[in-house]
Amino acid sequence: MSTTSTTEESTAPAQAPAVPRAPSRTGDITRRLLGTRRVLVGLALLLLLTALALAGPLLTGWGVGERDFSAMLEGPSPEHWMGTNRTGQDILTQTTAGLRRSLLIGLLVALLSTGAAAVVGAFAGYLGGVTDRALTWIADLALVLPGFVILAILSEHFAGRGGWLVLVVLLAAFSWMVTSKMVRGLTVSLREREYVQAARFMGVPPHRIILRHVLPNMSSLLIADATIMVSTAVIGETALSYFGLGVRSPDISLGVVIADGAPFATTAPWVFALPTALLIVMVLAVNMVGDGLRDALDPHSTSHRS
Amino acid sequence: MGKFLARRLLNHLVLVLLATSFAYLLAATNLDPRGYFEQMQPPPPPEAVDSRLDALNLNDRTPLAQRYATWLGGVVTGDFGRTIQGGDVASQMWLKAGVTLRLITVATLLGSALGVAVGAYAAVRQYGRFDKAATAVSFLVLSVPTVVIAIVVQVLAVTVNDGLGLQLLRYSGEYSAGFDGTWWELLGNRIHHAVLPTLVLAVALFASFARYQRNMMLDVLGADFVRTAMAKGLTRRRALFRHALRTALIPTTTYFTFTFGALVSGATFTEKIYGWHGMGAWLIDSIFRQDVHVVAAVSWFMAVTIMAASFLSDILHAWLDPRVRV
Amino acid sequence: MSTDTAETTGAAHADSTGRPPVLEVTDLAVTFPGRRGGPDVHAVRGVGYTVGRGEVLGIVGESGSGKSVSSMAAMGLLPEHTRITGSVRLHGEEILGLDDRAMARKRGRVISMVFQDPLSGLTPVYTVGDQLAEAVLVHDPTAPKAGARARAVELLELVGIPNAEQRYRSFPHEFSGGMRQRVMIAMAMANRPDVIICDEPTTALDVTIQAQILDLLRTARRETGAAIVLITHDLGVVAGFADRVLVMYAGRPVETGGVDDVYHRSRMPYTMGLLGAVPRMDPEHQGALVPIEGTPPSLSAPPPGCPFAPRCPIALPECDMVEPGLLAVGSQPRREEIRARGAGAAPSGVRDGGTGTQRAACIRSGEIAEQGWTAQDIYPVPDIPERSLSAVRREDRPEVLRVTDLVKHHPLMRGAVLKRRVGTVYAVDGIDFDIREGETLALVGESGCGKSSTLMEIMELGRPQRGSVSVMGRDTAVLGRAGRFRLRRDVQIVFQDPMSSLDPRMTVFDIIAEPLRTHGAPPADVTRRVYGLLGLVGLGTEHATRFPAEFSGGQRQRIGIARALAPEPGLLVLDEPVSALDVSVQAGVVNLLKGLQARLGLSYLFVSHDLSVVRYIADRVAVMYLGRIVEIGDTASVHARPAHPYTRALLSAVPIPDPERERARTHVVLEGDPPSPADPPSGCRFRTRCQKFATLSEPDRERCVSTEPRVEPTGGDHAVACHFARRRAGS
Repeated sequence: MSTTSTTEESTAPAQAPAVPRAPSRTGDITRRLLGTRRVLVGLALLLLLTALALAGPLLTGWGVGERDFSAMLEGPSPEHWMGTNRTGQDILTQTTAGLRRSLLIGLLVALLSTGAAAVVGAFAGYLGGVTDRALTWIADLALVLPGFVILAILSEHFAGRGGWLVLVVLLAAFSWMVTSKMVRGLTVSLREREYVQAARFMGVPPHRIILRHVLPNMSSLLIADATIMVSTAVIGETALSYFGLGVRSPDISLGVVIADGAPFATTAPWVFALPTALLIVMVLAVNMVGDGLRDALDPHSTSHRS
Repeated sequence: MGKFLARRLLNHLVLVLLATSFAYLLAATNLDPRGYFEQMQPPPPPEAVDSRLDALNLNDRTPLAQRYATWLGGVVTGDFGRTIQGGDVASQMWLKAGVTLRLITVATLLGSALGVAVGAYAAVRQYGRFDKAATAVSFLVLSVPTVVIAIVVQVLAVTVNDGLGLQLLRYSGEYSAGFDGTWWELLGNRIHHAVLPTLVLAVALFASFARYQRNMMLDVLGADFVRTAMAKGLTRRRALFRHALRTALIPTTTYFTFTFGALVSGATFTEKIYGWHGMGAWLIDSIFRQDVHVVAAVSWFMAVTIMAASFLSDILHAWLDPRVRV
Repeated sequence: MSTDTAETTGAAHADSTGRPPVLEVTDLAVTFPGRRGGPDVHAVRGVGYTVGRGEVLGIVGESGSGKSVSSMAAMGLLPEHTRITGSVRLHGEEILGLDDRAMARKRGRVISMVFQDPLSGLTPVYTVGDQLAEAVLVHDPTAPKAGARARAVELLELVGIPNAEQRYRSFPHEFSGGMRQRVMIAMAMANRPDVIICDEPTTALDVTIQAQILDLLRTARRETGAAIVLITHDLGVVAGFADRVLVMYAGRPVETGGVDDVYHRSRMPYTMGLLGAVPRMDPEHQGALVPIEGTPPSLSAPPPGCPFAPRCPIALPECDMVEPGLLAVGSQPRREEIRARGAGAAPSGVRDGGTGTQRAACIRSGEIAEQGWTAQDIYPVPDIPERSLSAVRREDRPEVLRVTDLVKHHPLMRGAVLKRRVGTVYAVDGIDFDIREGETLALVGESGCGKSSTLMEIMELGRPQRGSVSVMGRDTAVLGRAGRFRLRRDVQIVFQDPMSSLDPRMTVFDIIAEPLRTHGAPPADVTRRVYGLLGLVGLGTEHATRFPAEFSGGQRQRIGIARALAPEPGLLVLDEPVSALDVSVQAGVVNLLKGLQARLGLSYLFVSHDLSVVRYIADRVAVMYLGRIVEIGDTASVHARPAHPYTRALLSAVPIPDPERERARTHVVLEGDPPSPADPPSGCRFRTRCQKFATLSEPDRERCVSTEPRVEPTGGDHAVACHFARRRAGS
């Protein structure tokens, strides 16, 4: 009987072995992640895109927005690898600069909106009562506010340098509500989980329970949501910019480049093809990573057999 | 029950009022109707501009609170004010709403029906060839912005038309301008124009419905009640169809309602690219025209559809699912 | 089927009825292919049995023994990618490998099944009646709808659903668990099948409901004359119900035979261990529980020898060489023969017709029979330190917990979308008890009786809606924030479900350290204490860096206990701590709890529905019914001389794992479900189901209806809330 052979009193100085408490969770996830082909491909694509976004303008030798009046709307040439647009700007330079901005917008929006969703949803669900009702009402209000109208009107206001940051905040402000409702629902069920109750009964304060037990246990949802948010934000930005309501020149983004190229989609395909292709590859890569992450973070995925 | 519904409805009304007011105030302070008139060629005299603005309740020299009160007084009686060109906003709004609703009704029905079928079948054959193909396709579609789909489809249509030398695919407008013919021919012409934009919208919806239905179906596939149904003598196929799918359709129905409500603004880009004069396109144009009342009216309409959709999806859920029914 | 070995052929036709068997399973093996390169899982490896008309075969095993999978395989209900080999014959016709359509015609008509969980077993969106009618219509599509409907109503009446005509239109969620299980049984009986397989039909139910359902199954057997295969982990359920028993372990049958032989003359150490590990109600079986150490082997890589050898106290080197066949006791090959044949030789005689002859898959079965060994002889009896309680009188020991007139009412909400209040649940309605230092009080009752609400109310350490709770002599109602925080160290809780009581994303170290860190222990102390606690609950230091998912249920429960012990509490609240565990593991945890109490001087508030575990661990017991305590007193006295009719019914409903005794007992079967705690009956709350109330005269009844009895002492440490407690019926 192992239980009775241990005669140590609980207070006795157990020969605490200096076992390094390696938090193997991270390692475990990393291993599982790298074992998924989808994630590997997605990550590789994202890395490639990031490298391209950072190095692009340096590669070409053309400045962002710089015009070559000797070559307007011309196809690929040694001078302009991917051709030029109607004002003589180098497509590769413009596209990579736009890609950089779009990536940044996507990541920031995802971070902000998922963060907001997690905090609002978790507190509403965990605390319940008046807090819950107030936060839910705010979410409902944000849901009916015409985000599109507000974005469009305000973007005009903040057009120009730095305006994209305002766009980021606004995009985030109108995209957290649905996730926060999901987080709230999950929190309500997690709150009844016995390990959460155990933490409560040992005196752990609510905010610490939320951070330590509630949010980590819905990380799969949050991460999946964040990746979806990256693609939604990028797509949303593109659409807005396409109609001149999002990022505005002299700021640049993929949406701006695509909008510039769209009218020439049939006549000068290079103007439209490269930014569009990059955009699609980027969103696809993000979605692949997100889907793989969700699998890897799901504690049930390995024991899924029954 | 009735009291409860009434309270929820009231809450929705308050939210709609707040949202619309917010949109009105934002538009009234940020848009510049005066600039719209002053830029006219030839420039009208300042007094004329002022009187025109006053007539439209758009004069920025009138205190905002007063303009807001006037506008709100109208809205309560169903009068959404005048467009910047002097037309009646309310009557135009119903026209535009009709266009948008026609487009999105057909598109959501088409997209969701196909998506549900594909998603459910993919779930039954999880990790099979069909599932993998369906997943890949929906992933790809979800990664392409609707704008890009719309443009690419348009480009393809042009290529096809040029290749065939005839207008096989219509990609602009709701109907051919000046087209004349019998009622049937007019209808045919409209349908002809509607094919591509509806398809573009439906494709994107198909992808998200397929993903959604697949997940919902996977949740119930292993459910004990499916096993029970088989144990009493149903074949696997029949048990899946009668018991699993029926249960998995409940969340999809509410998702459908919600999507439909959100699509009023979501269809904006498709409308705009295909030259349909729906709500979304009207909104974008009115922002560029500095048309405060139209912006407010469209915001109102969108808020109402979202609230109505969420209200409806609640009721639908309660109706379909005896567990949440009273 | 020519698989019977020479010595069993004669017995094969000596079945009780002498008719050919209805269902014959031979050499059945089920393998789930590993997904994504994982190893294959061999869930069932060579199961064989036969059942004849009207016969009841019990299949007993712990979780993961393959007992359910084998019957699902027989029904053709496993996923398509499963590999199934062997033979399943129904009336002599091979049905394994039939296509789904042909199999569907058999299912529900010739062979039907009752599943474990009635909660999720019925489709939530169809009415109960329609689902029942579907069972009729699917085998007779030409039948008129009205006829199927009438038959469904008739079936509902048959299984004892009151108001069958109206309840036809009810949805499953409007039924209680017991009623849903009745519907499942009605469904299984609908087409008068020849075989009914019952997969843990009573596991999710309370004991009194379990007794009703077992009665109903007896009725079903009588009505349909069907053969019944009863799959369960509960040795008590089988004892009184089955004719023959098949014990399974790690996907294989390890012992089979008539129920008396297997229970009274077990010849396989696993069976012996199982029987030794069950806490018993009968007074003469009150020795220490004998746990089986270790865990079952992995089903993806089973060991070459006997799967039970690693846990077997009498294993020999030969046990690891080859898996023993299921042979008649005494006919196992001798050890020399096994050695001569060498490791990896094919097991002999695993295919088995299954007859009255007792057989065991143990090479020492003959030896066990000759020596007449019992569990006590081969398993080391755990040595649990005695408590020094008896030295001090109960009244002189300090009070650890006192609950006075505690009340907890909560609103009854309806509807998920249109949520609103429709009434009040009187979950806890004025209860009193106290716990003294070093003792265990068990709070016993069926689900919905308010025992969990009582627990939660105590753990909140807040101000109760009415009455008072005082912990360590401190009234919780007047505590400040800081005082409450400090007091939390003194009361800790261990939960029922070892799956959800530990945060899956934290290491065991962090889990056990959490209460210490919360209460500001310095890091060095934390490390020392955590390793000390791991040792105390019987886990190793190497476990500290692992995650809960890597542990078995019993180990997880030990981690939960270590966490609860970390802040050195005086009172441990145990919320059904062993009811989710397998019997063999449960014994180990119960012994651990007893040992800890003796060593650390802990007090326990032990909440349970299992009266036999309570009998074994508790000093005192309080029986709850609909938010009230109906009987309280020292365990021996309450068990031996139950004064309240409800306690008597509860005790009577617990099946005893002893076939002879179980057959001889007369059970008091309570009628119906307990009333809703939102609408308790007037006067005595138990009167609506009381067997005593039925025998009373009209004026006496009036008293039960109008006056609620108070808890009055009956002498010694024993009190009861019944007007007619003293006039005990002759039971």
